[in-house]
Amino acid sequence: MAYLLMWVVRLLVGAVARYVNTQPYQGQCIYFANHTSHVDTLALWSALPSDLRRQTRPVAAADYWGKTALRRHIALDGLNAVLIDRTRATPDADPLAPLKSALAAGDSLIIFPEGTRTAQPLPSEFKSGLFRLAEAFPGVALIPVYLDNLHRSMPKGSFVPVPLICTVRFGAPLARIDGESKEDFLVRARQAVVDLAA
Amino acid sequence: MNANTKFMYLMAVVMGILVVASIIGAILHTRVKGEGGRAVVLNLNARIRAWWGMIAIFAVAFWVGPIATLVLFAIVSFFALREFVTLTPTRPGDHRALAVAFFIMIPLQYYTIGIAYYSLFSLMIPVYGFLLLPSLSTLTQDTQHFLERSAKIQWAVMITIYCISSAPALLMLKIPDYEGQSALLLFYLLLIVQLSDVMQYVVGKLFGKTKLAPVISPSKTVEGLIGGGLIAVAVGTSLWWITPFSPLAAAGMSAAIVAAGALGGLVLSAVKRSLGAKDWGTMIEGHGGTLDRMDSVSFAAPVFFHLVRYFYT
Repeated sequence: MAYLLMWVVRLLVGAVARYVNTQPYQGQCIYFANHTSHVDTLALWSALPSDLRRQTRPVAAADYWGKTALRRHIALDGLNAVLIDRTRATPDADPLAPLKSALAAGDSLIIFPEGTRTAQPLPSEFKSGLFRLAEAFPGVALIPVYLDNLHRSMPKGSFVPVPLICTVRFGAPLARIDGESKEDFLVRARQAVVDLAA
Repeated sequence: MNANTKFMYLMAVVMGILVVASIIGAILHTRVKGEGGRAVVLNLNARIRAWWGMIAIFAVAFWVGPIATLVLFAIVSFFALREFVTLTPTRPGDHRALAVAFFIMIPLQYYTIGIAYYSLFSLMIPVYGFLLLPSLSTLTQDTQHFLERSAKIQWAVMITIYCISSAPALLMLKIPDYEGQSALLLFYLLLIVQLSDVMQYVVGKLFGKTKLAPVISPSKTVEGLIGGGLIAVAVGTSLWWITPFSPLAAAGMSAAIVAAGALGGLVLSAVKRSLGAKDWGTMIEGHGGTLDRMDSVSFAAPVFFHLVRYFYT
């Protein structure tokens, strides 16, 4: 199932990996990327080398991916995704709890810190989730990723991806700065993704 | 001689050429030491390896039959169109037109060849596609660069679907006293086009002095064009017995293929450069993308197809 999806994604959008002045990062990490289309998760996941792909879990919205049996099957059994609750039905619960337990278990994660898709090539402001995960897991590397061309392949509101050769650009791990404020960190993290777009 | 025997002979000729090329490549690999020469030899050997792969794929498609050949060319059109659209700046408003081009026009165009429906094959894209694609783009009310965007999509569709599909369209021609052998014409076309490309490159590297079009295609030389073209025409003439042509007609046909192919290479290089790229893609090692290999075919195929159809059916 996962392999079938991966080959369909490669046929449609290429999903070619480019490492910008860096090598594939071998240890545990959080990949954070701009979010423009429904195929983003699959494209990034398909671009990873297969040994790293096995230990990497995408983070997906429970309100979308948990909705129908097929989506649940693709997300949970195909991609081994971590579902996250965006609705906050129970205000006291920590929405990041499933992510933290995945990181504690040693998995790598794929997250889209904007929280939702944007129609623009460049990402909008990042939400604070990335900062809180970085704070809680200082040993986990933060890898910026820029997904190029996917906003053209599948603009918001469309259901069929137009075949294009999209590149997935991986950057070097984001440097950790002690005592950095949340705002500064999020601006710097977003800039790391934007820099890969050039 | 029947089609199968001719096909076997033809394969033997092609394999022979490739074996000789591979041996020369291997010798050069051990002999050439200089920095620049080394890069040329590595590139040459990568091209020869890719040729073996392409010949294998074509041989299997021919052997399996016309449907396999059509599917193969449909896939080539798909990859070529994907490369073209990747380099073309489109806007979200073009999404519907592009989806139609990929998922409806490619299968439909090859289906018309499969059922040998000549009029629909020759009219669908230049007439109905021409009118339909911009109509779809107007639905989103985005007028910014509308004419440029529409023109680019039309060009992409004409080159990558219509022109490339003219090559396997040779299969639907019914030529008197040549029944069931039209696959050989397709092989003939591809062999002459690619041989001309390769020999232009080789002769150009060996004897090239005068640049043909330095701005568009820095590696093309006048000497390469004339020398490589003449070799391709000579081979094309000597293969008259696999075609329905007389030796003289075969010379004329291969000259037309060589001329159209050379123009195709130049025009598509110019298009590529106006889109700001050097290669169409990175799919085939040593060759760039699919369109870097198919550029000459896309011009030679429709010309050859219509010449054969006019004079021989």
